[in-house]
Amino acid sequence: MTIPQLLVHDPQDNVGVVVVEGLTARTEMLCVVTHDNSDFRLVAQQDVPIGHKVALRDLKAGDTVVKYGQDIGRIVADVRQGEHVHVHNLKTKRW
Amino acid sequence: MSTGKKIWAYRRENGRVGIRNHVAILPVDDISNAACVSVAANIQGTLALPHAYGRLQFGADLDLHFRTMIGTGANPNVAACIVIGIEPGWTQKIVDGIAATGKPVAGFWIEGNGDIATIAAASRKAKEFVHHASEQVRVECDLEELWIAAKCGESDTTTGLASCPTVGNMYDKLVPAGLYGCFGETSELTGAEHLAAARAATPEIREKFMRTWQAYQDEVIEAHKTSDLSDSQPTKGNIAGGLTTIEEKALGNLEKIGKKVSFIDVLEPAESPARGPGLYFMDTSSAAAECCTLQAAAGYVLHIFPTGQGNVIGNPIMPVIKLTGNPRTVRLMSEHVDVDVSGVVRREMTIDQAGDALISMIMRTANGRYTAAEALGHQEFVMTKLYRSA
Repeated sequence: MTIPQLLVHDPQDNVGVVVVEGLTARTEMLCVVTHDNSDFRLVAQQDVPIGHKVALRDLKAGDTVVKYGQDIGRIVADVRQGEHVHVHNLKTKRW
Repeated sequence: MSTGKKIWAYRRENGRVGIRNHVAILPVDDISNAACVSVAANIQGTLALPHAYGRLQFGADLDLHFRTMIGTGANPNVAACIVIGIEPGWTQKIVDGIAATGKPVAGFWIEGNGDIATIAAASRKAKEFVHHASEQVRVECDLEELWIAAKCGESDTTTGLASCPTVGNMYDKLVPAGLYGCFGETSELTGAEHLAAARAATPEIREKFMRTWQAYQDEVIEAHKTSDLSDSQPTKGNIAGGLTTIEEKALGNLEKIGKKVSFIDVLEPAESPARGPGLYFMDTSSAAAECCTLQAAAGYVLHIFPTGQGNVIGNPIMPVIKLTGNPRTVRLMSEHVDVDVSGVVRREMTIDQAGDALISMIMRTANGRYTAAEALGHQEFVMTKLYRSA
């Protein structure tokens, strides 16, 4: 099997995780959902480091980010599909 | 139920199975560290365990101090133990606690004797204990007689994808066969506390878990926080590795307990499990050295440590097996990695295969293989302190 660039835990998730080093903008990524081994393609819109998240669809401020099929926080600045999701646009709902 | 897998280990006087054979030189208090270090310098094959506390503690904090000291000496990885304190009262209390295991233990105190006479007397006894320990022979034991704890550190997003599910797979395979397991990290379950609570074996244990988690939120986090904890949970290393929020970190963390087993009790810090084989939750800090020290004091003889960005933690008496699913960490920090599960994120290895690779490394480590942390000399021994001393 070709090595995927992006892994997604759950079919409900709206972010995935980059699992290769040196991913550059405009790479068409092979994305695999680990829950059922299904796959799809998505174009990265930015350089994203290994381990960091990419939006699977456009997300608006106030939207809930879902990973593992669970709520991991709130979007605080709009993100487009294929862009980097991290501390600059995602915040905890806890402390 | 048994896996049928066998290891070579030390059968201690109380029937417990140890996989290391230390003669520990244990200070009751900070001011006895120097004497303990001197004894360890005199007698080869001994291990001094200096630490920062043990004076003027009281109440629950003092109880935890004694539990940690006694539990460390009583751990089956310790063949025999010298205890040195400034005065006889607390020294004898710790000696008596360790002696309940049946292993050789002797106490010495410095007041009225001075360091030099204390070191001389303790060194003579330590030499006896080294002869005793070095004649112990490994015997065949069942794999699931081990007590195996887990905690993750310097986590990143690969932790939840690969290394933590690998630990969970191991627990799913070995706990039903009779293993004692343990997970902790009260603060770091925040965001996944509802999922953790759902894994309690009974409603009573679920209540106990939620009380413990809520007490931490109220008494520690809310009482002391000056910001949103965004530099502490997640840590700077977590954030560099791609983790953004405590919820995301907690969900990855909880992958360590697998998919099938329930936890059968909630333990105080350093409390020994007493409900028989099974998975236990212990109320611990999420700081690696503190958590490992508490789990070793509870009697766990081996630790499994999934890391993302590359935490280098070890423990003086309990081998710490490290695994990572991050290919960059494997590339940059291979000397710290015992089990490479980065094949999981390349989809070249299943979680089931990764779990089997971990079990294989558990058996090799139990049989005597040094872990990366042991070979590199990591002996972090850090007591948990609940509040200021009197």
